[in-house]
Amino acid sequence: MNAYLACVLVLAAGTYAFRLAGPLLHGRVELPARLQELLTVGATVLLVALLATGALTEGHGFAGWARTIGVLAGGVLAWRKAPFAVVVVGAAAATALLRLAGVA
Amino acid sequence: MRSSHRTESPPERTNEGFVRLSHLPRGVLRDIALVWLADAVVGVSFGAIAVAGGLPVWVPVLMSLLVYAGSAQFSAVGILAAGGGPVAAAATGLLLNSRTAAFSLAVADSLGRSRAARFLGAHLITDETAAFVLAQPDQKRRKAAFWISGLGLFAVWNVSVLGGALAGSVIGDTARFGLDAAFPAVLLALVLPALRADSMTRRAAAAGAVIAVAAAPVLPAGVPVLLALLGLLAARRGPGPRSRSGPRSESGSGSRSGRAVGRRGPSRTAAPGSDS
Repeated sequence: MNAYLACVLVLAAGTYAFRLAGPLLHGRVELPARLQELLTVGATVLLVALLATGALTEGHGFAGWARTIGVLAGGVLAWRKAPFAVVVVGAAAATALLRLAGVA
Repeated sequence: MRSSHRTESPPERTNEGFVRLSHLPRGVLRDIALVWLADAVVGVSFGAIAVAGGLPVWVPVLMSLLVYAGSAQFSAVGILAAGGGPVAAAATGLLLNSRTAAFSLAVADSLGRSRAARFLGAHLITDETAAFVLAQPDQKRRKAAFWISGLGLFAVWNVSVLGGALAGSVIGDTARFGLDAAFPAVLLALVLPALRADSMTRRAAAAGAVIAVAAAPVLPAGVPVLLALLGLLAARRGPGPRSRSGPRSESGSGSRSGRAVGRRGPSRTAAPGSDS
């Protein structure tokens, strides 16, 4: 039954291991700058892919205009350097309003 | 579990001591509080979205306690809720969290020397705490920034996730409130500074996003996002990737090994104006 539990525990253990890297290795090992950079860029690539698929797709189909436009609204707010909370609430509110207006 | 044995090596505790609020300037404390507030909103939506996606309440709650990493939690829950399976969910989350290793190297000496500080502190390393630590000028303030922002964020995050999960199970249809748009928007706000700062990152991210979206209709959930890493190759072959080797730490405060953080770290915190 507990695929969920297994997932949480594996993710938790792995994440903690990553976090221990610093305190344990500190002063002994320095990550090569290139690797550090690759990790950073890789993380950004993952996040962008997540947000793109999250904004556009649901399962194997299109997520609908309400969500896509809402995320876009959040993006505009973020671009204009709105505070983090405003970005989040703005995106949700735009999507909610569109749905209220009957946009899927 | 066993808190019985005291620190065996008092000499190591030189220059240590308890962290106090007064160790940080007011402006920094205000920024930290703003980030707590922002993350509370995100935490509530995480809890609510997870439950709305069909997961039992304990999944987001336990995950928040043990994994404690916003974007990885969102992606893992998204994949689980979409039926992508626990393996894809854990793998994606781990990949996302691998960056934490770089952060932890960067902030390692701000946790304190004792074994307990290092092992407990490790769990509190996040994008946010790393950003706050690296923005502080000296060791005392770094340590204070780490523990104050870290402990507070941990408490705020877990309480708000629990609240969101309970609310979500009452509310039922969170789509009505547009919460499904919140997560992509959060990520967008997170990555925007990194995208602004570096064209190589932009190319890689754009290529990766196109790959992921194109693959989403045909591949199981979770896999398209992993495929996006191919975007790294595309960007490397792009025109002028060599220019990457140029110095890029434009933030003056990142004098230490904070290069990676310098670009990514402040992303979330930058919004409430941590540059003060």
